[in-house]
Amino acid sequence: MSITQILFWFLSVVALFSALMVISSKNPIYSVLWLIVTFFSISGHYILLNAQFLAIVNIIVYAGAIMVLFLFVIMLMNLNKETEPPKNRWLKMAGAVAGGCLLLVLVAALKDTDIKQQHALVNEGNIGLIKNLGKELFTTYVVPFEISSILFLSAMVGAVVIGKKE
Amino acid sequence: MLTQRAKQVDRKPMTFLESIYLWNILKGMGITISHLFKKKVTINYPEQTRSFSKVWRGLHVLNRDEAGRENCTACGLCAVACPAEAITMEAAERLPGEEHLYREEKYAAKYEINMLRCIFCGLCEEACPKDAIYLSQSIAPANYGRKGFIYKKEDLLIPHPKEEPEAYQKALGEKATIN
Amino acid sequence: MIMTLIAVDWWLILEKGVLIGGIIGLSFFIAMYTTYAERKVAAWLQDRRGPNRAGPFGILQPLADGGKLFFKEEIIPLASNRFLFILGPALAMITALLTSTVIPWATPFVTKGGSVIPMQVADVDMGILLVFSIVSVGVYGIMIGGWASNNKFSLIAAIRGASQMVSYELPMGLALIAVLFLTGSLKMSEIVTNQVQHGWHIIYQPLGFLIFFICALAECNRTPFDLPEAENELNFGYHQEYSSMKLGFYLFAEYINMFISSAVMVTLYFGGYDIPFVNETSWGLNSFWMSFLSFSVIMTKIAFFLFVFLWIRWTIPRFRYDQLMNLGWKKLIPLALVNMIITAAVILLLNK
Repeated sequence: MSITQILFWFLSVVALFSALMVISSKNPIYSVLWLIVTFFSISGHYILLNAQFLAIVNIIVYAGAIMVLFLFVIMLMNLNKETEPPKNRWLKMAGAVAGGCLLLVLVAALKDTDIKQQHALVNEGNIGLIKNLGKELFTTYVVPFEISSILFLSAMVGAVVIGKKE
Repeated sequence: MLTQRAKQVDRKPMTFLESIYLWNILKGMGITISHLFKKKVTINYPEQTRSFSKVWRGLHVLNRDEAGRENCTACGLCAVACPAEAITMEAAERLPGEEHLYREEKYAAKYEINMLRCIFCGLCEEACPKDAIYLSQSIAPANYGRKGFIYKKEDLLIPHPKEEPEAYQKALGEKATIN
Repeated sequence: MIMTLIAVDWWLILEKGVLIGGIIGLSFFIAMYTTYAERKVAAWLQDRRGPNRAGPFGILQPLADGGKLFFKEEIIPLASNRFLFILGPALAMITALLTSTVIPWATPFVTKGGSVIPMQVADVDMGILLVFSIVSVGVYGIMIGGWASNNKFSLIAAIRGASQMVSYELPMGLALIAVLFLTGSLKMSEIVTNQVQHGWHIIYQPLGFLIFFICALAECNRTPFDLPEAENELNFGYHQEYSSMKLGFYLFAEYINMFISSAVMVTLYFGGYDIPFVNETSWGLNSFWMSFLSFSVIMTKIAFFLFVFLWIRWTIPRFRYDQLMNLGWKKLIPLALVNMIITAAVILLLNK
C-alpha cells in the first residue's frame, strides 16, 4: 500500500463516517460540524487528485462561508429537543419514498456509465491546477460560467429586494 | 462659556472623504505618535518620591530643644484646639534629676494622637505656646489594625539631637528652614 | 507498507520538521512579546511608562503573564458543551498557526552539498488562497467557543465576530485579485520574486493595500473592529466564560493572527524579504548570510506593521456595528472593485 492509498482509505472512512453522523446526530449543531468534517475530507480527496484549486475553493466557499451561515442560523434558533415539532407519520413515509427514489436514480445512472473503466489520475494530472482550470473555464465553458454568474446575480438582487421590504 | 472653549456642534452630513474616516484617523494617529516622544510625567515611585510642599501638614512630631529636652509641658492647649478631638495627654511633674529630659517643671507623661480622627488641620501646631508639636512632611503609613493608628509619645517624639543627629535632622526636614 | 514508509525522503521530513518547529516557536515568541509591546506602546502613547518591574525594562513580563494564566483555575461552566468548549480555543490556535506555512521567510539556503533548502514550509500552487481558506475556517474557533459557553453575551459576540469576518473577507479577496493581476501567480514565492524584479506592489497598489490592511484589522478582531470582544457592551466577548490557559489560547491566537497577517501583508505588498533600494545579489554574500539578512529584513518589516497595529488600537475608538457593516459592504467592496477594474484596464493598455 502506498501512502496515497493509505490516505485515500483514511479520507474515505472519515468522509463516510462524518456524513453518516450528519444525518444521525440529534443536535443540529453537531450535524453542521460533522458536515464541515465531511467537506474537509472531500477536500483531501481533491488534493489526492492534485486538484488543489477545487480543494481550496471547497474549503473557502463551503466550509468557510456557507457553513458559517448555517451555524449562524441554527445557533440563533436554539433548536432543542423540546422545541422540535412532532413529525407526521405520513411525512416520514413520504420522505423515505423520496429518498429511496433518489437512491434508485443515482444507482441506475452510475451503473450505466463507463466510470469503472476510467482511471483517476492520482498525484500527477495538473488539470486541477488553477492555470489550466482557468483556461478551460474561460474558453470551453465560458457560456455556462457566465450563465451561472447571472444566476448568482439574480439571487443577490432577490436577497436585496427581500431585505429592503421592511 | 467661561473658558471660551465652547464649540458649536457641527451636524452637517459627512462628505465622502469624511465618511471613510481616513483623514481623521491619520490626524488622530499623528497626535498619538507625537506623545511617544513626550516627556513621561510618571515618577518611579518606590525609587523616586515626589517632594512634599513646604507647607505640607503631615504626621505630627513632638519637638525637643537643642540639648535634647522635650519641649512639651502638657498644657493641653493643643487638645483644646483640636477640632477632631484626636489628642489626649496626661501631665506629670518633673522630678529632681530629670532636668536633662524635660525643659520645664511639667511634662507629658502620656501623649496620644489618634491618626484616624486627626484631620491634619495644623491647629495644634498653631495653639502650642512652646513650639512643642508640629506637623512634619511625611504621611501616616497604612496599618492592619485600628490600634496601630493611635500614636503614642514614643512614636511621635523627634530623635535625640545629640545621640542621633542625622535622624534628628531628617525628622526636622524642611521645617527647620522656614521658621 | 513499512518499505514504502522507509522510501520516504527522511531528510525532507527532517528539514520541514525543523522549519515548522522554528516557525511555530517564532510565532509564539513574537506573540508573547507583542503582548509586552502592546502594553508598552499603550503606555508610551498615553505618556505612561508601562510594565517595568519584571526584569530589566519589564522584559520578563510576558513570562509572568503566561505563568499566571497557566496556574489559574480551569473553569468549565456546568451548562456548557464540554467537548466544543475545549475545541473552540484549540481551533483558534491551530488556524492561527497554520497560516504561516506558505509564507517565504527568507531566500533559499544552499548547503555545502549543493542542495537547496527553501525557507518556506510549502510552496503550494494555491499559495495565498490557502491563507484565505485557513482564515475562513478560523471563524469556527470563535463561533464554537462562543456557542459552547452557553452564555448570551458570548453567543452575540461569536455571531458578531463571524459575520464581521465573513463580510470583510470579500473586500480582502477583491483587493488581492489586483495583486494577482500583477504577478499572474498565486504562489507566494513568485509574488515575492516578482516584487524583487519589478518593485514592490505598494507602488502599484496603494489603494489595494489600504483596503487589504483595513480588512486585516477586521479579520484579526483588532480595534477599531474589535466588536466581538467589546468589553463595555459584551463584558468580554466570546471568551467570557474561559479561564486559565484556554483563555490564554484565545488571546494568544489573536496575537499570532496579528503576526501572520503582518507577514502576509509584507509578502504581498512590501516585497517580503527583499531589501529596498539595493541589489543584494551583487554583494556576493554566501547563502547562509544571505538567508539570515533577508530573514532579518522581513522581520523588521513585520515588526513595523505590528507597531502600526498597536498604534491604531491606542488611537481609534471602536466602530459601531452598523458603521462596520456600512464600511465593509458599501465602501470597501465598491472601492476594491474599482481598484480591480482600473488595474486590469491599465495592464491591458500597457501590454498593447
